[in-house]
Amino acid sequence: MKVIFWGTRGSLPTPLNAKAVRKKLVNALVKGAGKNLDTPQKAEAFCEQELNFAEGSTFGGNSSCVQVDVGGPDYLICDLGSGVREFALAAIAKHGPKQPQTYHILVSHVHWDHIMGFPFFIPCFIPGNRIILYSCHAKLEQAIRGQNHEPCFPVEFESLGAKIEFVTLETDKAYDICGAKVTGTPQMHGNDSYGYRIEKDGKTVVYTTDSEHKPEDKAEMQRAADFFQDADLVIFDAMYSLADSVSLKEDWGHSSNVIGVELCQMAGAKKLCLFHHEPVYDDARLEGVFHETIRFEEITRTDTKLDICIAYDGLILDL
Amino acid sequence: MDLHEKSAGGAIVAAAAGRIDLSNADSFKDALSASLVRAKTALILDLSGVEYISSAGLRALMIVFKTAKAENKGFGIAALQPLLVEIFTISRFNQVFPLFDNVRDGVAKLAPDALSQLDARS
Repeated sequence: MKVIFWGTRGSLPTPLNAKAVRKKLVNALVKGAGKNLDTPQKAEAFCEQELNFAEGSTFGGNSSCVQVDVGGPDYLICDLGSGVREFALAAIAKHGPKQPQTYHILVSHVHWDHIMGFPFFIPCFIPGNRIILYSCHAKLEQAIRGQNHEPCFPVEFESLGAKIEFVTLETDKAYDICGAKVTGTPQMHGNDSYGYRIEKDGKTVVYTTDSEHKPEDKAEMQRAADFFQDADLVIFDAMYSLADSVSLKEDWGHSSNVIGVELCQMAGAKKLCLFHHEPVYDDARLEGVFHETIRFEEITRTDTKLDICIAYDGLILDL
Repeated sequence: MDLHEKSAGGAIVAAAAGRIDLSNADSFKDALSASLVRAKTALILDLSGVEYISSAGLRALMIVFKTAKAENKGFGIAALQPLLVEIFTISRFNQVFPLFDNVRDGVAKLAPDALSQLDARS
């Protein structure tokens, strides 16, 4: 199983602006001064060895979209944030626009950052493609149709060329989707949200974004941990600090890196991936959160190590 | 969870010990809330004997802190072990609660009138 992150930002696409790019360039040039970086190979090696991730790259700014490659001919995608546009371009580049494909898309909920990529999802326009949208959220079809409708968008849903189907899932019930076992669970988030557990060939990925967890609620913490049980990868909404999530931003429907570590430790999960990044956090701050999370796992570890990673647009994880 | 409590003037200094996690966060919150009721001016929590605090324990602190603010009482946390300093920093609670290196500093800041009584007892 392979997981490819096409959009990892929370709430709103957050492109890197000119000032931020210039700052990275200036920093890199100063660090590389006098190092004889006169070939692309030398410069690449310098970036790899001498710059940290935030200095030499970016976490990216597309909103939520994650591909789970379960090995079959069809595609399985979680959420339709702005990252789905780049996924579609890559898929079309691989197969060509005239080769019909089937896309299975799990949607966590219908807040705009999780569906905004659909009007620009090129496979929708191509006859022969089959697109199946699944969600435990009862209003998915209403939201998708409403988005592809005047005055919000000039291309009406009915005019799209692909065959598009909607499937409403029941929570806590296993379905065979794209050859994988998929189970949904309700999450604490305004207007409802759902997490998905995806299992195939002995590997398990949990996609759980836009979900708040109340640390004092033992039953809900245990229910979440049971849903994550023994997962190889938990893609987790770590948008806020713990302090923010229980004070200023309580009931805003998001969680923290600290809760992510605690739940994964309770669940015996193998890897935690920090996801749905706060738009106001720049690359340096996200890198700081990543290293702090690694340290938090170290000081709270009981027996088995929990691997920590942080999602960025373009990250590929092999499970 | 039992807190070791001593009063100094209108202030209460409450000391916790051991681990504070999901298993005892509720009793910790109840004990701390009771200490806050007895405090006339300020509650200083001595965490020098606490080796670990989980998110549930931090959440309990947040609830008591909000109550103290609503009642116009001082609330501070003193004498964190190095590991707890890290946990407070990573969770950003170091930006929420008044933290003090030791109990005396906390009393001096939050209940200065009680300082002489605290010194006389120690």
